[in-house]
Amino acid sequence: MKKGGYLDLFLTFARIGGLTFGGGYAMLPMLQKEVVENRGWATEEELLDYYAVGQCTPGIIAVNVATFIGHKEKGILGGICATLGVVAPSFFIILVLAAFIRNFADNIYVAHALAGIRVAVAALVVDAVIKLWKKGVKDLLGILLFILVFVLSVAFSLSPIWVVLGAILLGLFYGRFVPSRKSGVK
Amino acid sequence: MQIFFLLFYEFFKAGLFAIGGGLATLPFLYEMAEKYTWFDVEILSDMIAISESTPGPLGVNMATYAGYNCGHQAGGFLGGLLGALVATVGLILPSIIIIIIVANFLKKFQENKLVNDAFYTLRPAVTALIAAACFSILQVALLNLPGFQASGNLLTLFNLPAILLFAVLFFAMRMWKKLHPIVFIAVAAVMGILLRL
Repeated sequence: MKKGGYLDLFLTFARIGGLTFGGGYAMLPMLQKEVVENRGWATEEELLDYYAVGQCTPGIIAVNVATFIGHKEKGILGGICATLGVVAPSFFIILVLAAFIRNFADNIYVAHALAGIRVAVAALVVDAVIKLWKKGVKDLLGILLFILVFVLSVAFSLSPIWVVLGAILLGLFYGRFVPSRKSGVK
Repeated sequence: MQIFFLLFYEFFKAGLFAIGGGLATLPFLYEMAEKYTWFDVEILSDMIAISESTPGPLGVNMATYAGYNCGHQAGGFLGGLLGALVATVGLILPSIIIIIIVANFLKKFQENKLVNDAFYTLRPAVTALIAAACFSILQVALLNLPGFQASGNLLTLFNLPAILLFAVLFFAMRMWKKLHPIVFIAVAAVMGILLRL
């Protein structure tokens, strides 16, 4: 199989989709491992950008990020391959559960295992955030912005859309009127 | 046959207007539960439980499950299969179209100063958004909020075995950075059963 081909995109994202428990954020550690470290299809910075766009465009974040990376590698068909890959495992698992095992989630062993998995996902996401912090927060403005957004999100459940729009406006304003800073993006 | 078009339409709508991830599709599903006989609100809570306990994006799981239920009413297993397919494709199609447009736009304006200015502040902000999501994941995994609210006893708030497991896993992750995340998930699943988390 050719590395970076359509099949590779599909299978890599199928692996990511099949190993991710929880929503789009739980996918982050898998993406860092498979896409950034193993395949080199994106950098940590690009992942952050994709999450930013995925936050404020409609649809499921996992799908948005998969489409982005697939499109970057192999154009429109690549985007479609990556997206089909990321949804394929859920599709088949849910299909089997819906058709045959109605009360799967009530099983006591499943419940204990899932509680354990939740702990691992929490630790993995903390680890992922540390990696992102190193790439995404580079100066005092970044630190202040991080604290502000974190507090607003946790304490007041501010919608991510406002955060993204606000950050874009601030960035444009800052870039326009504070030209002394070094260009932040390579 | 008509039911499948309706199913596609409803999930396409959810995919087009739900901004911010899988949970954002919930209001649309509640609306469907009221409007149609595909599933009711009780099945919806089953759906959420199943979605949370299987891998994959929440929204996709929900669409597959709801589509299967709906199609099954119309035509048994094959109907369910078609329903699941139609609902899932309907849900992800808007994302694919919109992201490909945005990705083309970004590629074209990669060197644009305004785009770079915007991403300069977006990155710390999005890092904070992810950290905030991480905070709520931590709460669910390590604390026992319902138990604490019921008893008022501070000792019941902390799920000690879970916190211990978290500390060990986190330390191991920082030690062996080369290990694949699934290793930690598998270990944690076994520990969850052994510790009766």
